[in-house]
Amino acid sequence: MSALTFTLKAPLQQRVDLSALTPDNLAGKSVADIAAILLVSGREKLRVDSVFDIAGSDAADIVFNNASGKLDFIGSHMKTGKITINGGAGSYLGLQMRGGHIVLNGNADAFAASGMANGLIEIKGNVGDFLAAALPGDRKGMKGGMVLISGNVGERAGDQMRRGIILIEGNAGAYLASRMLAGTIGVLGSVGEYVGYGMRRGTLLLMQEPRLHATVQDCGTHTLPFLSLMFKSFRDLPSKFAQINQNRVQRYAGDIANDGKGEILVFK
Amino acid sequence: MIINGVTIDDTFAEAFGMRGTRVIITAQNLRWAYNAARAMTGFATSVIACGVEAGIERELTPEETPDGRPGVSILMFAMGSAVLMKQLETRMGQCVLTCPTAAAFSGINDGYEEITKINLGKNLRFFGDGFQTSKLFNGKRYWRVPVMDGEFLTEESTGMIRSVGGGNFLILAESQPQALAACEAAIDAMSKVPNVIMPFPGGVVRSGSKVGSKYKSLIASTNDAFCPTLKGITKTELSPEIESVMEIVIDGLTDPDIRIAMRAGITAVCELGAKNGIKRISAGNYGGKLGPYHFKLREIMA
Repeated sequence: MSALTFTLKAPLQQRVDLSALTPDNLAGKSVADIAAILLVSGREKLRVDSVFDIAGSDAADIVFNNASGKLDFIGSHMKTGKITINGGAGSYLGLQMRGGHIVLNGNADAFAASGMANGLIEIKGNVGDFLAAALPGDRKGMKGGMVLISGNVGERAGDQMRRGIILIEGNAGAYLASRMLAGTIGVLGSVGEYVGYGMRRGTLLLMQEPRLHATVQDCGTHTLPFLSLMFKSFRDLPSKFAQINQNRVQRYAGDIANDGKGEILVFK
Repeated sequence: MIINGVTIDDTFAEAFGMRGTRVIITAQNLRWAYNAARAMTGFATSVIACGVEAGIERELTPEETPDGRPGVSILMFAMGSAVLMKQLETRMGQCVLTCPTAAAFSGINDGYEEITKINLGKNLRFFGDGFQTSKLFNGKRYWRVPVMDGEFLTEESTGMIRSVGGGNFLILAESQPQALAACEAAIDAMSKVPNVIMPFPGGVVRSGSKVGSKYKSLIASTNDAFCPTLKGITKTELSPEIESVMEIVIDGLTDPDIRIAMRAGITAVCELGAKNGIKRISAGNYGGKLGPYHFKLREIMA
């Protein structure tokens, strides 16, 4: 069986909600059934075959070609299978994802991996603001799983993140890990202002010395055994983090204005 | 059956079902891994008074351990799961948490039919008084507890399986030094066998017991039938030339593991043979009514 492939017919004028097109939702459906699914686009509902050319049949392996930043909610609530996106993705990529694997060959917009509880998202490009952050009104962002990003991320990445691992090869914007509850975020590049603002718990791994605000405090330089364990678990990942094997870090703890059990580890 | 002049008795070792677990202990170097492991497996020769029977299974290279440091694996056996869990927790708390640079990880994750997850460091985290943090890597939870030397790292749980304890054999020799030399050879060979430990001091026990006693308060007492100094005054199992008897007890994760270890040990003893004063190999049993596992010596050596 070949991958179930959706190729965008023409550039979109309006945003389209693709939350219906996940491996779980499409399992066992015929091509005709899939073609007739209605996608929400603003006030309208569009048939899938009016937006995409459909080819292939394996719903466990979905591919979006010519994808653009107007395609929102890709892989939202997905539990199993794989989605590959060639082009861009809009907002809410992998929202509330419960399992499976998303590969994005392109850039994503805001709230990627928000509420994600398990699975793997690979983004070979840049991501907008609020990566793995809680939606307004929600009290938790990402709750598990792993996100690998080869490019840069916008502001507020990891806001109210509760669990899981985010590895960013590029730079991160301001307020990285703000109000973070737990979990791990690694950044190889630079980070913006107010990193760890309101951070309660969790771990930030940084390669470059950040500018820290006053309520993040220095705890000295240490060799931490758990880092060897962690980098060993990264060994097979398609990420630059797979090659790191260091456990000597400067440890900053904070935000002491908000419990202060979080840590920012800067590699020496 | 006679091997190299050593008579293999037509008898069997009688063993019992136990609960067993493995823990991997790592440290900055082998010296400190051994310090933690020896403490953790100390005073653990027999379940009669120690609660658990425990021992060091083998050394692990840095490549074999979860955190890439040198380590040792230990096995721990108890008659019931509640005792095993209690002993594991107290020994972890007093022997590994306290040992500089030591960390502990699960040693049984898969490969057995029925694996029960039991607490390894789960409750030790409270030693951290709120400063403890957990990390989840590849579906396994680890705890980091701040301690004075840095951080104590431990996996949250390890696996417990149904296993076998009390496999044994007796070495009957013409003198005490010869019996001891045979035991040393047997232990050297058996310590290379995976999944087993010999819990007694140096792997060897000299105070084999029988069920019951003339004293009402004792449930077990010296096995006078195998005591060489009582040859003339008790219903002895010993022929006139036997002057010393020693026993090796084996606990293993599975029945075949014990068979392999017994064979390795008896083979090493028989290699010394009659010319080194080894006369007989026997085994301890209770008539076959108490333990569900019977290890027939002649079957194992066939």
